Amino acid sequence: MDRKKTYVKDVSRKVYDIKNKFDYRFKTDRGLTPDIIREISKEKNEPQWMTDFRLKSLEIYNNKPMPTWGVDLSDLDMDDIIAYIRPDADMKHSWDDVPDDIKNTFERLGIPQAERESLAGVGAQYDSEVVYHNIKKELVDQGVVYTDIETALVEYEDILKEYFMKLVPPTDHKFAALHGAVWSGGSFVYVPEGVNVDIPLQSYFRLNAPGAGQFEHTLIIVEKGARLHFIEGCSAPVYNVNNLHAGCVELFVKEDASLRYSTIENWSRNMYNLNTKRALVDKNGTIEWVSGSFGSKVSMLYPMSILQGEGARSEFTGITFASTGQHLDTGTKVVHAAPHTTSTVNSKSISKNGGYAFYRGLLKVAPGAYGCKSSVSCESLMLDNMSKSDTLPIIELNNDDIDIGHEAKIGRISDEAIFYLMSRGISEEEAKAMIVRGFVEPITKELPLEYAVELNNLINIELEGTIG
Amino acid sequence: MENMLLNIRDLKVNIEDKEILKGLNLNIKEGEVHVIMGPNGGGKSTLAYTLMGHPSYHIVNGTIEFDNELINELRADERAKKGLFLSFQYPEEISGVTVEDFLRTAKASVTGQMQGIISFKKSLKEKMELLEMKEEYASRYLNVGFSGGEKKKNEILQMSVLEPKLAILDETDSGLDVDAIRIVAEGVNKIKDDKKSILVITHYNKLLDYLDPDFVHILIDGKIVKTGGKELASEIDEQGYENIRSKYSN
Repeated sequence: MDRKKTYVKDVSRKVYDIKNKFDYRFKTDRGLTPDIIREISKEKNEPQWMTDFRLKSLEIYNNKPMPTWGVDLSDLDMDDIIAYIRPDADMKHSWDDVPDDIKNTFERLGIPQAERESLAGVGAQYDSEVVYHNIKKELVDQGVVYTDIETALVEYEDILKEYFMKLVPPTDHKFAALHGAVWSGGSFVYVPEGVNVDIPLQSYFRLNAPGAGQFEHTLIIVEKGARLHFIEGCSAPVYNVNNLHAGCVELFVKEDASLRYSTIENWSRNMYNLNTKRALVDKNGTIEWVSGSFGSKVSMLYPMSILQGEGARSEFTGITFASTGQHLDTGTKVVHAAPHTTSTVNSKSISKNGGYAFYRGLLKVAPGAYGCKSSVSCESLMLDNMSKSDTLPIIELNNDDIDIGHEAKIGRISDEAIFYLMSRGISEEEAKAMIVRGFVEPITKELPLEYAVELNNLINIELEGTIG
Repeated sequence: MENMLLNIRDLKVNIEDKEILKGLNLNIKEGEVHVIMGPNGGGKSTLAYTLMGHPSYHIVNGTIEFDNELINELRADERAKKGLFLSFQYPEEISGVTVEDFLRTAKASVTGQMQGIISFKKSLKEKMELLEMKEEYASRYLNVGFSGGEKKKNEILQMSVLEPKLAILDETDSGLDVDAIRIVAEGVNKIKDDKKSILVITHYNKLLDYLDPDFVHILIDGKIVKTGGKELASEIDEQGYENIRSKYSN
């Protein structure tokens, strides 16, 4: 009899894996020393307070132990990582002015096309610096600011002094401290009171250099009653040395404001993705996280919502896809710090071909936060016996006037479900694809369209048959 | 003379290493309605799953011919394409896949061509009305959150969309109230014609009030021990399986 095996294809990495020649205008030596930090700060012409901030962060970094939970970080050696690489390009506002090889990279990733078709503004970072930034004039006229952090540090220094790494301080954990020391590039978005940015802004982070780190910082302030959808994408070609990504995202959602933050992460499988994201939400404000984790060698990523104003709301929708050699430790944290705040968590993971997907979540309700509502659902689907999944949803309640729903499911793809579909004439591979697509359906409908298509494509299923 | 549709010869089936069917013979011609009754554990559901090609049920002896072709080695999807259908006792829940999308895909797989979405919607709606199913079920996820009765109706809906040559109804009447049984039976009767055949597998004879079987078989300990007409069902109803067992088994 035929013995047949079906498998879900890996994400096609063809486009992501095209490497450019490693050109740069300036780079630091490998490793971390106060001199390297001073060099980065000098290269960026920073004010003294930022240089001091970086040096202080380095000190904190050196004094903090490596995390002993989550993923295995024993192979990660900061002495091997180049912290700062200025590409051979300046920040431009027209793609025509961006050097060809870099422009072509972003063309292949579809960024300029997406900008023309469906975005209100785009930022593109290549290694350590932003090489392109543009925003529609109507938004500028309404007072919306969208630029890189370096420019913001010159033009909006007071705002940066007030907000930069205040929500995620360098003391938070080792990689937050590292970020504070070596951050470079990223995005600054400011949406003034009452302005509705109804078309998304998108920043794309591309790491081309081998053995390098990318430490972009994203700071978004959405003022009272304003609205924004921000999309972040990231990728890198694969190298046989380790790369490190330790970005930091700080989101401030003011009263009655609303922010949707979507991320599609597709790093190469030599990437340590140790990212910190946090949102602070005021009265009746809303934060929505949409998070797709497909790449990297290991990831630790737990976007956090702090609901500090009464009636604030958070919604987290996440999908994690772990394949061969990947250990993705992802989830979300929600702190209900005020009464009548609500949160929804909907997380799904798929593991295949020996991949390991771990859901780690925290739901915390403060003593005075009465009348809160929360619903947490995390589901994992393992496609074969080589793959692993775990869930660790921690719930910490400090008052009893709370309405909480919680559901966690881990399972393998069911042979009975496959048989059921096959009994209706559907082939085994299509049955599996149907089950997997159905599993992620609630998530795909939340993704930006082009990414939803990408996700569906990666669930293409192939039949591999051998006569044995 | 009607053509032979299903021909089972000396069928022996194991689950893991346990023999469940121990030499079963059964012939079903086009247009006939057969009923298999028997006590729990006698092999009724094993027969249903084996006919549909479940990979855990191993044929160790005998042949199954369907529509003049040996199907022992065919996969479930290949059998479905040949015109076999199984209404499951416990239908699976498939999250994220709507009844409509699923049925349109299944219909395309079975017939080899994708029907236009508008004409498909229209015919689906008519079939659902027949089964007194609310229209909203078409856009719900397959069997997710359906009651027992809704799941069974949904099985019959699938049968009416796929139009099989032979439909096997495995305990379709269990867990249904009187109204639901009537609706399901009416649905089955609508499908049946002089070419299409039905094999009803049941523990009780509730469904038989509405269906008019040509043959009733009694399956005990992996073999058909007695074949008769509708009166055999009444006999079981009156005397119970224990008496039947001592009367017909050896």
